[in-house]
Amino acid sequence: MNDRSSDAIGPQAAPSHDLIACPQCDWLHDVGDVPTGTRARCVRCRTVLLAPRRGAAATIVALATGALILMVVAVSFPFLDIAAGGLRSSASVMDAALSFALASGRMAPLSVIVLALIVVLPVARLCGLIYALGPLALGRRARPYAAQAFRISMRLRPWAMAEIFIIGVAVALVKVSSLAAVGFGPAFWAFVGLVILVAAKDTILCERSLWRALDRAA
Amino acid sequence: MNAGAAHGTVAGRTARSAGLVGCLHCGLLAPMGETDCLRCGARLESRFRNSRQRVWAWWLAGLIVYVPANLYPMMITDTLLATYSSTIIGGAMDLVTHGDVFVGLIVLIASVMIPVGKFLAIAWVMIATRKLRPGGAHRLHRMYEVVEFIGRWSMIDVFVVAILAALVHLGSVAGIFPGLAAICFGASVIFTMLAALSLDPRMIWDAADPNAQDPSA
Repeated sequence: MNDRSSDAIGPQAAPSHDLIACPQCDWLHDVGDVPTGTRARCVRCRTVLLAPRRGAAATIVALATGALILMVVAVSFPFLDIAAGGLRSSASVMDAALSFALASGRMAPLSVIVLALIVVLPVARLCGLIYALGPLALGRRARPYAAQAFRISMRLRPWAMAEIFIIGVAVALVKVSSLAAVGFGPAFWAFVGLVILVAAKDTILCERSLWRALDRAA
Repeated sequence: MNAGAAHGTVAGRTARSAGLVGCLHCGLLAPMGETDCLRCGARLESRFRNSRQRVWAWWLAGLIVYVPANLYPMMITDTLLATYSSTIIGGAMDLVTHGDVFVGLIVLIASVMIPVGKFLAIAWVMIATRKLRPGGAHRLHRMYEVVEFIGRWSMIDVFVVAILAALVHLGSVAGIFPGLAAICFGASVIFTMLAALSLDPRMIWDAADPNAQDPSA
């Protein structure tokens, strides 16, 4: 496929910033300012093109900062413990990630992947969002490399799996509850809180609206 | 819900047919032939290069590792009386028959129905886009969106094993160890996520409306 062959057909000047191509079906739309609280959808495939919220950047930065603090708590404190027949055993979030490597060297790559999915990538995503959108929330000019930080944060979205981990933990608790008494550590509650904050943040996050806002702050 | 919906001078055609390429991330348009988005720096591709080959390659890789994922034990439970190893399906069935039916069903859905459904759905989208009747894109696109959204949730079972293996170390009374199926299953989830990410949804709409896609047509 050679896209350059069609150069001559396209307009030579850069198109207007109001023009948007639907990322799902490529249909062109001329979307000017969309009022906050409403949505613009693609007329062909119904994908939401823009869904700006009032004060979105400030809310996202606040939620992301809260989530980041809770993540620090979640990795530093005891997560769960069990007791049965006078024996006790406990695990932290790190222990969970490292359990594959400890069981067998052949499964060490899985520990690296699990650690990335539940701690490293969610943290990278939160830091990127805070860095890129922080100045926007304060009404300042965008920082250098804000665009890159925001782009990478958005790319990481499918790979940050904190919320899936907490459902996995819930299933594990059902399996283990017949075997032993379960105790919840502070890290467990911090992780639950963090998942709620991240879910709230992702609900209000409209990528293309924030790109427009970043553009204005550049 | 449709406030601010599109209406304008260029409505009624695709960016490709207008000689433009739209950024998938920030939405900005650039003239065809531009390689990087001026606003966000993302790589611009009017349609993903070699999308079909990449989707089938990841799909096949995911299917191949899905076989050992179901044959090897997922979890090995050591108790005073016996050592018991369970496969993915076995572990879910144990939950359904002995324990919690609801949670057993969640595990069955996450680690059997979603992966199998995902293989079928991706293959279906790929085959159906070879010849699509006009108006057939909506259902196919919906299927693609569901696959893309739900695929990552299969990872639940890997996390269940991770936390159980870390937590259950009660001396000689009980211990839980991860089996080789965990790494195969984890790889399968990642490969099929990459297959879904390599699939260009614009391909679905092109197939339903071939006249709207090619500027040279």
